[in-house]
Amino acid sequence: HNVQDGASAGKTLPERVKIVEVGPRDGLQNEKTVVPSEVKIHLIDMLSEAGLSVIEATSFVSPKWVPQMADQVEVMMGIHRRPGVSYPVLTPNLKGFLAAVNAGAAEVAIFGAASELFSKKNINCSVDESLQRFEVVTKAAKEAGVPVRGYVSCVLGCPYEGKVSPDKVAQVAKRLYSMGCYEISLGDTIGVGTPGGMTEMLQAVSREVPVNALAVHCHDTYGQALANILIALQMGISVVDSSVAGLGGCPYAQGASGNVATEDVVYMLHGLGIQTGVDLPKLMDAGAFICCSLNKKTSSKVAQATCKL
Amino acid sequence: MGQKVRNPESIRDLTSEELQGVLSGVGASAGKALPQRVKIVEVGPRDGLQNEKTLVPTEVKIHLIDMLSEAGLPVIEATSFVSPEWVPQMADQVEVMKGINRRPGVSYPVLTPNLKGFQAAVKAGAAEVAIFGAASELFSKKNINCSVDESLQRFEEVTKAAKEAGVRVRGYVSCVLGCPYEGQVSPDKVAQVAKRLYSMGCYEISLGDTIGVGTPGGMAELLEAVSREVPVDALAVHCHDTYGQALANILIALQMGISVVDSSVAGLGGCPYAQGASGNVATEDVVYMLHGLGIQTGVDLPKLMDAGAFICRSLNRKTSSKVAQATCKL
Repeated sequence: HNVQDGASAGKTLPERVKIVEVGPRDGLQNEKTVVPSEVKIHLIDMLSEAGLSVIEATSFVSPKWVPQMADQVEVMMGIHRRPGVSYPVLTPNLKGFLAAVNAGAAEVAIFGAASELFSKKNINCSVDESLQRFEVVTKAAKEAGVPVRGYVSCVLGCPYEGKVSPDKVAQVAKRLYSMGCYEISLGDTIGVGTPGGMTEMLQAVSREVPVNALAVHCHDTYGQALANILIALQMGISVVDSSVAGLGGCPYAQGASGNVATEDVVYMLHGLGIQTGVDLPKLMDAGAFICCSLNKKTSSKVAQATCKL
Repeated sequence: MGQKVRNPESIRDLTSEELQGVLSGVGASAGKALPQRVKIVEVGPRDGLQNEKTLVPTEVKIHLIDMLSEAGLPVIEATSFVSPEWVPQMADQVEVMKGINRRPGVSYPVLTPNLKGFQAAVKAGAAEVAIFGAASELFSKKNINCSVDESLQRFEEVTKAAKEAGVRVRGYVSCVLGCPYEGQVSPDKVAQVAKRLYSMGCYEISLGDTIGVGTPGGMAELLEAVSREVPVDALAVHCHDTYGQALANILIALQMGISVVDSSVAGLGGCPYAQGASGNVATEDVVYMLHGLGIQTGVDLPKLMDAGAFICRSLNRKTSSKVAQATCKL
């Protein structure tokens, strides 16, 4: 099993990486404690202050399904929008899209999966059916002049199906890109991926979607996230999703971690000399704030490392 | 909050030439073939336990080492022949050496800070020893109360005696990517110390990111400097996960030809310089990555996890291994 196929040989790392902060939505959605609207708003404001350029703010799914996101409208209305910063929201269908635009959303996100079983269990329809549903959204978004970001789940493994074929991931990514998504975020939903698998998957996907329209969304459930992100950078990826304080556990593995912590990603990127626009101390303040509110310990190693000296 | 987060490499103002150097160096590494096999040096029973507050009974140490042998690890750092006054956790050094079940083909190195320790180690049955140098003068002074040069002279006595006794010596260099006292550490200084240890007879030099501050660019730069003085197949990396960078640093090291990795079962051993912070990278997480890459280690991951579960129970602490924490509900 040769990791290098020469595809990434001789490339330099990107000089700049865009971080997509998913803590307020993906992170909080997977935390048990329901967080008051003021806290969500303050978190998002602190993240804006920390220099993040994309902050996933909330989700326009039915509050019945996701009580944590029931205050979607108040959050959208309450946040202080920093110029140059995008605040995308999730929209599972046309209804959600319309509500989102009504509440002031200027960017939305749609979630496909690379696994049929996962799609069925998660949103009760096949991958194809979900993509048809999304086409309705991307059409409406195009008319409204609203950019759409596409996500693909289970790109390196599925909790139900196990292995996932890179070609399947590439197909779904291609569909999302063709229907108008400006960027496709590839999610290692259960964090099982390792750098070899990441390379293989990115090679397959980048044959269908230009690499500068791709992002990686790595989970740290098996501690592999930073290594996977590093290899993705080596392959030309320059957009990385992460969650402040590593908010959001893995719903498929009790007590396991989920999202990779933004602090740890930024630490690595800055150490590599890569620009992110993020002020790490301010980011850590945001992480400390939300952990305080959630009454939980941070999952960020950088945050945990307070040197005694 | 205490001291702000430090990132030694970004403190420097990189010129755009230097920056391009780092970015293309790390980018180019991706083109190289990874080793087919990696030797894991398991440091849990010594480095790990030494940095755990709870004193562990001798039988538990012995059982841990036996379980690690069973799990297929080829090198298991068993104990340390330092004075028990300094390191109470290692006071039962002799009993441990006598009590472990030595699996054929497995090495059980022990730490020996000086000739006295070396002699006691050999007497107790040690067939391999380890010596610890540092790349930082201040760290050397604070840790073992002498300069780097003085410590290397001390070690030369050990390597001489070891040569005569036919005992292998492994050399460690601490603070290779940063020092808790000095901050930035020059890769050339690390290369010099590594070269001295290699020249005096160490068969392998383990490069330790003692406070875990390193990132892949710094690791690449370091390995380039050191491999100009010591052959890459005589080098190992000992990464700490204090800032979550260990696996990324190990990956880049593998890309640069390193095929020996130190780690600690369950991620035993916190960082003594950062309260509550983690230290050693967890062997389970390293093995998971290596196996995922198709790299052979000889390690049986489920058995390794059993060893980790055992020692965490004995220490009454949670594992620091993410792989161990991830028990899929499905």
